[in-house]
Amino acid sequence: MSDRERSRSKGKKEETEAVEAESTVETDAAVEEIDDLLDEIDEVLEENAEEFVKNYVQKGGE
Amino acid sequence: MALHKVLGSETEYGIVVRGDPGFNPAVASSLVVNSYPGKRVKVQWSYEEESPGRDARGFGHDTYGLIDPEGAVVNSVLANGARLYVDHAHPEYSSPETFDPLEAALYDKAGERVMHAASVIASDTSGKRVSLYKNNSDGKGNSYGAHENYLLARETPFGEVIRYAMTFLVTRQIFTGAGKVGRENDRPEVDFQITQRADFFEEEVGLETTLKRPIINTRDEPHGDPSKYRRLHVIIGDANLSEPQIFLKLGTTALLLAALEDGALPDPLDLFDPVEACWQVSHDLSLHRPIELDGGGTATAIELQGRYLEWLSKYVEKELDDPVWDRVISEWERTLGLLDSDPSSLADTLDWVAKKRLLEGYVSRDELEWSDSKLRALDVQYHDVDPDKGLYNRLAARGSMRRLFTDEEIERAVTTPPDRTRAYFRGKCVSKFSDSLVAANWDSLVFDVGESHLKRVPMMEPLRGDAERVGDLLENAEDAADLLRRLGG
Repeated sequence: MSDRERSRSKGKKEETEAVEAESTVETDAAVEEIDDLLDEIDEVLEENAEEFVKNYVQKGGE
Repeated sequence: MALHKVLGSETEYGIVVRGDPGFNPAVASSLVVNSYPGKRVKVQWSYEEESPGRDARGFGHDTYGLIDPEGAVVNSVLANGARLYVDHAHPEYSSPETFDPLEAALYDKAGERVMHAASVIASDTSGKRVSLYKNNSDGKGNSYGAHENYLLARETPFGEVIRYAMTFLVTRQIFTGAGKVGRENDRPEVDFQITQRADFFEEEVGLETTLKRPIINTRDEPHGDPSKYRRLHVIIGDANLSEPQIFLKLGTTALLLAALEDGALPDPLDLFDPVEACWQVSHDLSLHRPIELDGGGTATAIELQGRYLEWLSKYVEKELDDPVWDRVISEWERTLGLLDSDPSSLADTLDWVAKKRLLEGYVSRDELEWSDSKLRALDVQYHDVDPDKGLYNRLAARGSMRRLFTDEEIERAVTTPPDRTRAYFRGKCVSKFSDSLVAANWDSLVFDVGESHLKRVPMMEPLRGDAERVGDLLENAEDAADLLRRLGG
């Protein structure tokens, strides 16, 4: 939630604020988790994606 | 009473040799299979017992499915009762026969460890990194299989299997998919879809597995007494990495087949065009697209699965005591509920949701187009069996995927057979009498005990040869000759 949105939500009922605050915490946590995850994955990603994809060819089977 | 649903899975792994784009996949696959460092016996697989060209509808063509004789050389039976071999251009792991879907999921996962161990040695031997992927498509129109096998009674009319399983198999894709960037096989353009395989299905029913793939495969090869058994060979699934997902896929399908054999299902729900519905379900990330039903009206895949859930919950309550089936029902109920209300919350349970979340993370952070090679590379890398490189493995290691098994349980399943099926006998013979074991098939083992003739031990009953029946006998036998004497042969 942006600061502007935060200030707009001022003055609403306490209950609503509590719910919104909670969901904001959840969203922030989710964003943080995915950011962490991507940082971790960046370290192991195939270096030359284009080359890797080009060479990934599978024939035959079943 | 329905026949006990002995089941198992077979997975062809994608293979790449780094720094050698022109590698020969058959040679590389042979290297992988030969490199497996665990206990196993390299055997002649007795293909004369197999008949992949026989059709469950009662006819067949004997020349179809001829197996490459070179492939027969690279064949091994592992101490867990599984088969590790080369299927044309892929290394393939066929799990041992298991007693229930939880055990089947465990032995499916054990296959990833087997493949990884083999790839490490293959890389050392060749001096080039050999990478293996538990997926089903190269994104360029080539698909390879992840098949499931379920034991059926011979008297189960195959027409009934077709009637009840068609709609089920098409709609279960919402929880069996491993996710894929883009489309293949001339299906409509899409950024991302639920399954790897759906685009490749072109027929409703048929014998093929490599061309004009059918939703219901009619291969009639029971790997047991043909007068008593059938084997349903399901080819429409994706290879999954998520443990609860493998359990759910195998468990719901086994339940449907048991209920069908018990005559516990009301009239089936037929789709107007199952082949079209197949890719449409896979392409529908909203999960709420109406599918046309035969005879008018529409329903969503979630609604249709909900009907099966309703029927099979009642069936489990009335007929089945084993708590594993309650677990299937509760996992199924939870999954369908969340697919309906909040699919993104299944990112810890379903491969396609986990993969989609990752890819969307990259799209948004790096402002990528969906056609970007990076996303296709990520798609493939999700399935790498290497614990350090595989993205599923990374997610699991950081606790982002729900687990059903500990690492120790999976490791144990690599070296120990299931104890309630004939895989127990096979696996234990590999551990104990490897020097004398010369040939194998699902339903027999052949020993050379130094006599003028080889000795064949038939295993036509999938539930015999279990620990209870032959545990002591195997334990006490001094060598293979002694074992055969004790078996009465």
